[in-house]
Amino acid sequence: MGAGALTAMQQGLQGCDICGLLSRPTPGHEEGRCPRCGETLEFRKRACVQRAWAFLIAAAVCYVPANVLPVLTTTTAAGASSDTILQGVVLLWSPTGWPLSLIVLVASIMIPSAKILALGYLLIAVQRGSVKSNEQRTRLYRMVEFIGRWSMVDVFVDTFTAALVQLKPLMAVEPGPGLVFFAAVVVLTMLAVESFDPRLIWDAASAMEARHA
Amino acid sequence: MPDERTQSSPVPESRMLSRSRTRISLVWVIPIVAALVGTWVAVTRIESEGPKITIVFGSADGLEAGKTKIEYKGVEIGTLRSIELSPDRRHVLATAQMAPKTEDFLLEDTKFWVVRPRISGANVTGLGTLISGAYLGIEIGTSKHEKRDFVALETPPIVTGDVPGRFFVLKTADLGSLDIGTPVFFRRLQVGEIASYVLDKDGRRFTVKIFVKAPYDQYVSPNTRFWQASGVDLQLSASGLSVQTQSLLSILIGGVAFETPANGSILPAADANSVFPLYVTRAQAYEPPPRNPQTFELIFNESVRGLAPGAPVELRGIKVGEVVDIRAQIDVKRLKFSVPVIIELDAQRLGVKLLDLRPGADLAAIRRRVIDSLVADGVRAQLRTGNLLTGSAFVAFDFFSVAPLARVDWSQNPPQLPTTPGQLEAVEAGLGDVVKKLDKMPLQQIGDNLQKSLSDLDLTLVSARATLESASTTLNSATSTLNTANGLVEPSSEQIQEVGQTLQELRRAARSVRVLTDYLEQHPEALIRGKRGEAQ
Repeated sequence: MGAGALTAMQQGLQGCDICGLLSRPTPGHEEGRCPRCGETLEFRKRACVQRAWAFLIAAAVCYVPANVLPVLTTTTAAGASSDTILQGVVLLWSPTGWPLSLIVLVASIMIPSAKILALGYLLIAVQRGSVKSNEQRTRLYRMVEFIGRWSMVDVFVDTFTAALVQLKPLMAVEPGPGLVFFAAVVVLTMLAVESFDPRLIWDAASAMEARHA
Repeated sequence: MPDERTQSSPVPESRMLSRSRTRISLVWVIPIVAALVGTWVAVTRIESEGPKITIVFGSADGLEAGKTKIEYKGVEIGTLRSIELSPDRRHVLATAQMAPKTEDFLLEDTKFWVVRPRISGANVTGLGTLISGAYLGIEIGTSKHEKRDFVALETPPIVTGDVPGRFFVLKTADLGSLDIGTPVFFRRLQVGEIASYVLDKDGRRFTVKIFVKAPYDQYVSPNTRFWQASGVDLQLSASGLSVQTQSLLSILIGGVAFETPANGSILPAADANSVFPLYVTRAQAYEPPPRNPQTFELIFNESVRGLAPGAPVELRGIKVGEVVDIRAQIDVKRLKFSVPVIIELDAQRLGVKLLDLRPGADLAAIRRRVIDSLVADGVRAQLRTGNLLTGSAFVAFDFFSVAPLARVDWSQNPPQLPTTPGQLEAVEAGLGDVVKKLDKMPLQQIGDNLQKSLSDLDLTLVSARATLESASTTLNSATSTLNTANGLVEPSSEQIQEVGQTLQELRRAARSVRVLTDYLEQHPEALIRGKRGEAQ
């Protein structure tokens, strides 16, 4: 997409996110409903930066207990042991088990933190009206959006393990309080990504172009 | 506003949407809620954490940071958080996170120790830790002051403070087969355990701490005797074979037994931590302690085989002391070999009563007088075999009326008491004498003489026979003679009648003689003048 491309907003038009129908808002109003499917139409997602920030901060807040509190309590004959995510990574790390350890490390620690950092970076960049390397930012956004759902892997693994490993006298696995926070982190980052409007990345560029013109 | 569509425009107009506008989005509630929940969790986490303590270990063997628990009566009350070496690398410093509200457990005399599987003779403990790994045991103290730094015990205390009972201290020179946890028996019932033992600083004796459970601790009184009931106590002595055992358990692992002598007066229970001697055997435990032993020397000129230190010394079968030492010496001057046996007499200890003893009397002087008089009466020491099977010997004092005179030289140290050869020795000597005498007898000559005498006797007997025959005829004639004599003395015989007549005649004669004598008495002149009556 070239910098000089005309945007729908500049034309006073709104595209429907669901059915793709382009429509013009009622004069004097910035918002309306899609005449075809009834979806709410906006030029840009409403208060999107604010919402994204709110979700992002909530995610960041939850990220701390998610990593500090144990996510899994394993009760064996040898006694109960509670492990946080990082302890699990350390536990799995062995000459043969390191790929598994790496998966957990990437999926459960690196991706959520990378998501939070990437979104924060995008939001700051949008607010500052930066125009440099917009394409890369868009790619970053796409990656963040794509990868978001995979962060739930950890939650799924834990819930499955907890549900399956219930050999009561010998061994039992119970989810720990950290898991709730971890799930909250994943959901909140997804919501943040959802509320972020990637078109904002390009608005700055368009505005700058308009000024030059 | 109703929907409006601009048909002319290729782009349709969107429908109207009415929505109140707020400057600050409600979405901010989410991070606030998240922050609140996070803070709440953090606060509860911090609140749920109890005190942090440090424990010093000799070794962290079996301990694991974050895994090793602190358990009290099976309840987890803390976890080890970190384990690191002390700066001087001598110890291991562990920090532990205690459960909340455990502050009042952490007192100055609270003790920690590592519970590992421990297999000692008597019991197997901590088997559970084989699977679960070691954990820390805790004994909560009674002090009023709290503490946070502890030094772990090397060995777990056998007896934890909440078991009622009392500790006592035993002193022994030999630990034998005792160990921590070795049972303590009372009338063959296990009533306690050995809690600890330490070698005294001078290295001479052990201080053994035992724990006797209530209510059996009340049977330990100041005169209670403790002895090692270790395994089988088999003794072969002058008194024969004796086997002493406690229970089967003690045969395997040893033990300590105690008993209070029944004859003594009943004393109140001993105080906790009272010190008692630990005897090796029950017999030794029951031996009264030495009171006033005197050492004497006995010199035997015979083999002392079978005599050993500890052998009894008896006076007429009553034990009055024991052999202490047996030596051998050679008198270089006289080149004489002798065996001095050192004995200790302690008659009083062994129950010999002194009658009519005035208080304050000089016991030593009395003792000397007694011994002097005994020696004067012929009391001598003699080696005797106590047990024919084992050949063990003992020293016996007895009265020997034939003993040569002896005196006790009190100036010597130790004084020497006179001895007499042993029984066997005396018998042997007597037999030897007999044999010697027999040897000296002229048996051959005696035989010859005897034979000669016998032949003479034979001849004599032949002549005797002839003599007897003639004697027989003599007797026959004597019989006939007697028969004739018999006939003579019969009352109807002629001779007897004649004798009667003769006697009558004699009577008559005697009467006339009397008449004559009477007349003569009155008329003595008649002898000269004759009868005058007629003449006058």
